Amino acid sequence: MRWRPIAVVLGFGLFIGAYGAVLAQGDGKMAKYFVGDLRTGYTFATPETQAIQDDDFANPAFLWVDYAVELWEDPSGDAGKACSDCHGAAEDTMKGVGARYPVYNAELGKPINLEQRINKCRVDNMQAKAWKYESRELLGMTAYVKSQSRGMPVQVQIDGPMAPFYEKGKAFYFQRRGQLDMACANCHEGNAGNMIRANLLSQGQSNGFPLYRLKWQKLGSLHRRFRGCNKQVRAAPYGYGSDEYVNLELFVANRGMGLPVETPGVRM
Amino acid sequence: MRHLRPLSVTLTALAMSLGLLLGAGAQAEELVKYQIVGGESIDKSLTGQPGDPVNGRKLAINRKLGNCLACHVLPIPEQAFHGNVGPDLSEAGGNLSEGEIRLRVVDSKVLNPDTIMPAFYRNDGFERVMKKFQGKTMLSAQQVEDVVAYIMTLKGN
Repeated sequence: MRWRPIAVVLGFGLFIGAYGAVLAQGDGKMAKYFVGDLRTGYTFATPETQAIQDDDFANPAFLWVDYAVELWEDPSGDAGKACSDCHGAAEDTMKGVGARYPVYNAELGKPINLEQRINKCRVDNMQAKAWKYESRELLGMTAYVKSQSRGMPVQVQIDGPMAPFYEKGKAFYFQRRGQLDMACANCHEGNAGNMIRANLLSQGQSNGFPLYRLKWQKLGSLHRRFRGCNKQVRAAPYGYGSDEYVNLELFVANRGMGLPVETPGVRM
Repeated sequence: MRHLRPLSVTLTALAMSLGLLLGAGAQAEELVKYQIVGGESIDKSLTGQPGDPVNGRKLAINRKLGNCLACHVLPIPEQAFHGNVGPDLSEAGGNLSEGEIRLRVVDSKVLNPDTIMPAFYRNDGFERVMKKFQGKTMLSAQQVEDVVAYIMTLKGN
């Protein structure tokens, strides 16, 4: 009860915050980044950061994407094939693909993300070595493929064989972990728009990944971001491409269903 | 007998230092026992000693220890960024008793299981803690007292 004056102040702050969001939503340029109550990380970024993403020539992520454009045409592996030998022009064949990942892979009996699909293609069809997570090649190719879906709504399957994996991802999202005993939801459901010291909490949407993070000075995967968040709450992170993170990726993608693919995004 | 005395002294000293070592190791695991009064406060100092508000203020700033500023506004003008996930604490020392503040620092979830606020004096019941933090509290008992003493100085204007 003694907290009431503070609660009033907080309530007023929330009101101002919500009003600000409505104003921003009304802005024509920003409208596409809002879908119902969903907002992409773009809407939480500073105008300076937004400007970098708005301009493909200024966006440093395109250093990786441009490299992948070359790789797309380069034969690799014992089969002597390039991506383009089977898939033609990425602009045509990859359109919409990134928006629906992770997808169910019947052979493995579990969902795989776009990085894993690319590597599976390399190993199974090109007889080439899998690229490492966070390598220039895998980040670039993932961003290149997913960027073919820019502006298209995120839409993943969560029913049928995907249902149990979706449920696991959801459980992960709400599970408190680490010495700080915090769940993803504590920050990104309950506190989006609030500040953790100098850091503005976003809704934690995945539609811009892989993205160029100014803090990293590098393109980075969603799993890198998951690992960073886990470590910040002093929890042991899971591995890149682990089942736990792919399930979480599925849940997070569905949570942002309908948001436009922004890959490659730019964030603080 | 005489020549044995130095030996026994040495042995005693050895045993004592071993005991100290073991004690230091056990300290990380065994917490000071405290009593929650009426479900809403811990009235007694965890260490039996008063806290040092000057050190408490430093802990509130320190990102690796208290880091109160991550979520709370505090009258610490030299720090540019104060979080707003939790309530403004500028007048908390006037609004709450020392025991109520102590419980909130030790383990806020006793009062509100859904709170985002970490427990600063708890070392078990967590999921998948990073190895280097396993079995450890965020703050020592005396550090908790220092933070409590600092918050108690915040009475607003």
